[in-house]
Amino acid sequence: MLLPSPWRADFPAIAAMQRQDQTYLDNAATTQKPQALLDALQHYYANGAANVHRAQHLPGAHATQAFENTRKKVTQWLNASDCGQIVFTHGATSALNLLAYGLEHQFTQGDEIVISALEHHANLLPWQQLAKRKKLTLVVLPLDADGVIDLDAAARLITPRTRLLAVSQLSNVLGVWQPLPELLALAKAQNALTVVDGAQGIVHGRHDVNALGCDFYVFSSHKLYGPDGLGVLFGRHAALARLQHWQFGGEMVQDADYQSATFRPAPLGFEAGTPPIASVIGLGATLSYLSTLDQAAVEAHEAALHSLLIDGLTQRQGVRLLGSPQLALVSFVVDGVHNADLAHLLTEQGIAVRAGHHCAMPLLKSFGLAGAIRVSLALYNDSDDLQRFFEALDQALELLQ
Amino acid sequence: MTLPADAQAALDSFEHCTGWEQRARLLMQWGQRLPELDLADKNEANRVHGCESQVWLLGELRDGHWQFAASSDARLIRGLVALLLARVNGLSGEQLQQVDLPEWFNQLGLSRQLSPSRSNGLNAVLQRMRELAG
Repeated sequence: MLLPSPWRADFPAIAAMQRQDQTYLDNAATTQKPQALLDALQHYYANGAANVHRAQHLPGAHATQAFENTRKKVTQWLNASDCGQIVFTHGATSALNLLAYGLEHQFTQGDEIVISALEHHANLLPWQQLAKRKKLTLVVLPLDADGVIDLDAAARLITPRTRLLAVSQLSNVLGVWQPLPELLALAKAQNALTVVDGAQGIVHGRHDVNALGCDFYVFSSHKLYGPDGLGVLFGRHAALARLQHWQFGGEMVQDADYQSATFRPAPLGFEAGTPPIASVIGLGATLSYLSTLDQAAVEAHEAALHSLLIDGLTQRQGVRLLGSPQLALVSFVVDGVHNADLAHLLTEQGIAVRAGHHCAMPLLKSFGLAGAIRVSLALYNDSDDLQRFFEALDQALELLQ
Repeated sequence: MTLPADAQAALDSFEHCTGWEQRARLLMQWGQRLPELDLADKNEANRVHGCESQVWLLGELRDGHWQFAASSDARLIRGLVALLLARVNGLSGEQLQQVDLPEWFNQLGLSRQLSPSRSNGLNAVLQRMRELAG
């Protein structure tokens, strides 16, 4: 089946990589960028960089306006305008650390933080370390055989002691939507704060944080075809008010003396120092580009590619998938073949996939694996990419099996 | 400095490699020829961290000459390690200090295996060897 991507030409790096015989299938790690973003960066740097929210001069006004326009676009993208605000951070990891430090004062010894067994290190370690600092209990929700958080277990493990629930929307290893409405309802029934790690989820489909009802939603720009060095934190008004200031410095302050200071509320109070201005402006351009696409067509294309990928993998002898991936990516191992060997030979053939533990070591360990190969898709991938991957896989397995 | 015989043999075969497939086959052949380590030597102390696969490296100075032994559960890194050992085994402490190992892999047409983003662990193995020979 031939599945061309109508959006492929909008991403110049794809053609550049193809000229170097590289097939890019590591999109869950980071994505290529649309021409619209490259143009926006070029325009910003070529027409006058300036710091935001500080200067009265014209370049500063332009930069601030472009910067704040992106905040509006992100707010609209998440349908957050009625319920909360957008804080820019230096990445999704940074946003989750901001939460783990900013909410620290809300916890007392013996309180429980609930995460799941599939969390990326970015949504595990900040909470694990907070639990250590404050002598809290970190409760880990188990998964069922398909890689979905077990709701029966969650109903038992989310209790009046639960102060916060932090879960991923879509696993970066298993490619399965998690049952967020049910989990968030369980947490809310206990008055616990809720944090959703949307790093993978944001890239596939549109999500409405107002309808979802979480207190915080986190994602990183670079996985959503935007610039790197930029994370997005959505916070509901009441939840943001519970955050203590974390990083201190320029522009987050209201009034400062040598011995004391008062700080701004969200969002600026949580954006200490010069923010990644160009990246924020670039993300705005990416969102404008993405909003011109037919979302249903994008989802249908990604779904068709994903089934092609699953079909091809399951046809091959000895291939074992991790969980039951629904979309976006597939992680797999091959019986009797070391994933490092397979990764080596795929690399030799110009196939860019990821091998290893995918920043989710405890999850891989629970499968009894040190690593796996992950193929992850984006809207610009096409069936030729998968064809090249399968040919390379067959060649590699012929050598290794 | 003349190359050890094993190293010269490696250079002769890899120099004439035309494609990735032939190179991979050769690497795996070299890996197979690497003498298996005793199970007892595959312990945490001998493990080289920073590799996708498990790699163990031991080394001792015997009569003024280095003898390294190594293994891995992955076949291609075992081949890379075998090529490394072919170059360094039997060298004196002084000779080992002088040998340019990245250049050795470059001569074999395998320099990409040492790029910093490679997680195969060859860099970590070289680092451990420098520590052992310190």
